[in-house]
Amino acid sequence: MVTARTQEAIERVKAALPDAVLEIEGIRKEFPGVVALDNVQFRLRRGTVHALMGENGAGKSTLMKIIAGIYTPDRGTIRLRGEEVRLAGPLDALERGIAMIHQELALMPFMTVAENIWIRREPRNPFGIIDHAEMAAKTQALFDRLNIQIDPLAEVRFLTVAQRQMIEIAKAVSYESDVLIMDEPTSALTEAEVEHLFKIIRDLRARGIGIVYITHKMNELFEIADEFSVFRDGTYVGTHASSDVTRDDIIRMMVGREITDMFPKEVAEIGAPVLQVEKLTLNGVFHDISFEVRAGEIFGLAGLVGSGRSNVAEALFGVRPATSGTIRINGREVDMASPAVAMREGMAFLTEDRKDTGCFLPLTVRENMQIAALHDQHVRLGLVQQREVDARCAEMKDALRIKTPDLDERIENLSGGNQQKVLLARWLMTKPRILILDEPTRGIDVGAKAEIHRLISKLAKDGVAVVMISSELPEVLGMSDRIMVMHEGHATGILDRAEADQVKIMELAAR
Amino acid sequence: MSNLDVIEPMAKTRRRLPQELNILSVLIGVALVFEVLGWIVQGQSFLANSQRLTIMILQVAVIGIIAVGVTQVIITGGIDLSSGSVVAMTAMITMSFAQTSDFARAIYPNLTDMPVIVPLFIGLTLGLAAGAVNGVLISKTGIPPFIATLGMMVAARGVAKWYSNGQPVSFPTKSFAAIGSGAWPVVIFLCVAAFFHFALRYTRYGKFTYAIGANPQAARVSGINVQRHLIKVYAVAGLLSGLAGIVTCARAGTAQAGMGIMYELDAITAAVIGGTSLSGGQGRIFGTVIGTVILGLMMSGFTFLRIDAYYQEMVKGGVIVAAVVADNYRARKRSKA
Repeated sequence: MVTARTQEAIERVKAALPDAVLEIEGIRKEFPGVVALDNVQFRLRRGTVHALMGENGAGKSTLMKIIAGIYTPDRGTIRLRGEEVRLAGPLDALERGIAMIHQELALMPFMTVAENIWIRREPRNPFGIIDHAEMAAKTQALFDRLNIQIDPLAEVRFLTVAQRQMIEIAKAVSYESDVLIMDEPTSALTEAEVEHLFKIIRDLRARGIGIVYITHKMNELFEIADEFSVFRDGTYVGTHASSDVTRDDIIRMMVGREITDMFPKEVAEIGAPVLQVEKLTLNGVFHDISFEVRAGEIFGLAGLVGSGRSNVAEALFGVRPATSGTIRINGREVDMASPAVAMREGMAFLTEDRKDTGCFLPLTVRENMQIAALHDQHVRLGLVQQREVDARCAEMKDALRIKTPDLDERIENLSGGNQQKVLLARWLMTKPRILILDEPTRGIDVGAKAEIHRLISKLAKDGVAVVMISSELPEVLGMSDRIMVMHEGHATGILDRAEADQVKIMELAAR
Repeated sequence: MSNLDVIEPMAKTRRRLPQELNILSVLIGVALVFEVLGWIVQGQSFLANSQRLTIMILQVAVIGIIAVGVTQVIITGGIDLSSGSVVAMTAMITMSFAQTSDFARAIYPNLTDMPVIVPLFIGLTLGLAAGAVNGVLISKTGIPPFIATLGMMVAARGVAKWYSNGQPVSFPTKSFAAIGSGAWPVVIFLCVAAFFHFALRYTRYGKFTYAIGANPQAARVSGINVQRHLIKVYAVAGLLSGLAGIVTCARAGTAQAGMGIMYELDAITAAVIGGTSLSGGQGRIFGTVIGTVILGLMMSGFTFLRIDAYYQEMVKGGVIVAAVVADNYRARKRSKA
């Protein structure tokens, strides 16, 4: 009887609970110079995974930060469980049941897993001293519930990115959150780790938690999301069930136009070999790498992350010189001792990591763009001929369609795609004959991607020898004339454009 | 409506005001506070007294010369703690080559009455060398600038004391003493500041300096020889410390091993008040000049109000911290934008 009545009560409560755990209406957020969001709405239902889609700069991150209490909206309402709220800050949001898992994880590396989870809420013994045993036990119980296998007493700095993410999730669950925000959670995970993560997400969904999921990866959307909302240029475009649409529909909604030609490969005249690499070796990292690249050719470098692709690129450009083997430029052997040497040989290198090795974040777009060209152009007696450089920077800004108010804008205020274009402009200004691109379109939106592809094709057509590393197989296949595949530091094969397909590359990359 | 349409009109209203405007307003604020207090406490104007202002600027000119070098070091993301000791070391050694034959106990009795160019050259070379050693240590061994220049700070002070067994070196030739006489220290300071303000903004040297401070890895991949450039910047800082040493002893007419104590901190303070960010990549010499003047105003203002020297130091400490707090606040506002 009691159980029946309890059951009834639960049903009643359930019925009273609104379907939407979080409702947002008419949100506007303005930053100096930019309207980041305007009249945006969003509705998160209980027990669903709701993906936010949009190009970089569309406003996803801003919306997410508003939900997490990091930003305060200028206008609009937020309703949590049917009640209008004003979030005072991230902590306030967390205590109200909104947890966010950051792209850059925010754990303290020198503390244990348990300490990280229960920080500020440590169980104490009667003397007010932290009860570590109790804390470990509580952590273990939490992990058991979530099927996570991590030692609660391990120090966080020894854990992998995937494990840290699990801890963040567990921490969010420990707050009894019913809104969980995940910002590109799979960007640094291996396939197996992604599987595990998805299992946990499905489990959380089954418990009635609403999950806001931000991703650039289309296939994830279909695999994990129930619904998705699309944003474009700071405005809300629409919400759909992910079972109702195709990939092309979503792209169309995101860019507001058809992208017919993702990989606008142009036929280029293949000239003489410009870059010849023979038995290039960096002890313990890659071995006996040999290939040549001709003028006008796009040479793809494929392989899994960690296969040594990026290391080969770094060795070619003298960032981390090889220990043996030879590099010939136009038939002449060159000792690539430093990037300065490589640049004198007409090489350019767009690195993989925009933040770490690309952008000068506190500096302006102009300073970021011109720096590499200043080695041998536009400088007389040490004086920078600023008017000359400015004219070229402006040219680049127009040619690459870089969206920035002006050249004096700090580069950190640009979206990822535009930052990438600035870096590409930096290298194009050096007029390279050999261009090495490491993940040229990582983390940038579809529209900018196609533009960068078009640019690469055009460069090849103009006779530049291009070496392009990419983890995206369609990109490598679509752009390259030939593709070298690497596996654990060895070249496992070089495929011609005609014979290459995804299966062949994966076979060579993963054997 | 594309994103750009939204951005354009607002960007106009946002047209960046020069960063120095902030600091300039602080300068004016400090001056006004002393002016008002001057009328209240002393019954006279603080600012309308050209003699006082002349003395004030003369007092800080030497700090200013050092600060111009230190600013550049800080822009690369480093720090130079050795300036004050290098001042003492160059002062001692320079003076020993600038002594007049009228004085019987010269350090080098055979090398008295030298033309002024000799001690000048020796002093500048010495400063340059000390700075270059800092630079080489930092870029070749990879130790933090704090440690490398701390070592130089202690060692150079040791050289200054050892050189004449702790005795002062005095009696310079008239032509050498002239370097420190009248308004010369201020003229030298302003020339140095103008030169490097220009160099940082309009030369490749300057562009590379900012780039290294903003992101050393990216600078290297962009083809900048980071190690060599850092040696240059530290050498310049050393050179300017040497110059400061020359000016100091020429002005005092004597060199003592205890000269220049805490100058490095005053110079860092001037740079930081002037808007140079300790995290590197940001800062301007013009800001440092204003920072130097603010320091001078405070020193002279306290003396004017007859406030005890102890209080001066307490307030100076507060000002350093406040400057950095304000800078952080500004940076946060910017990054949120």
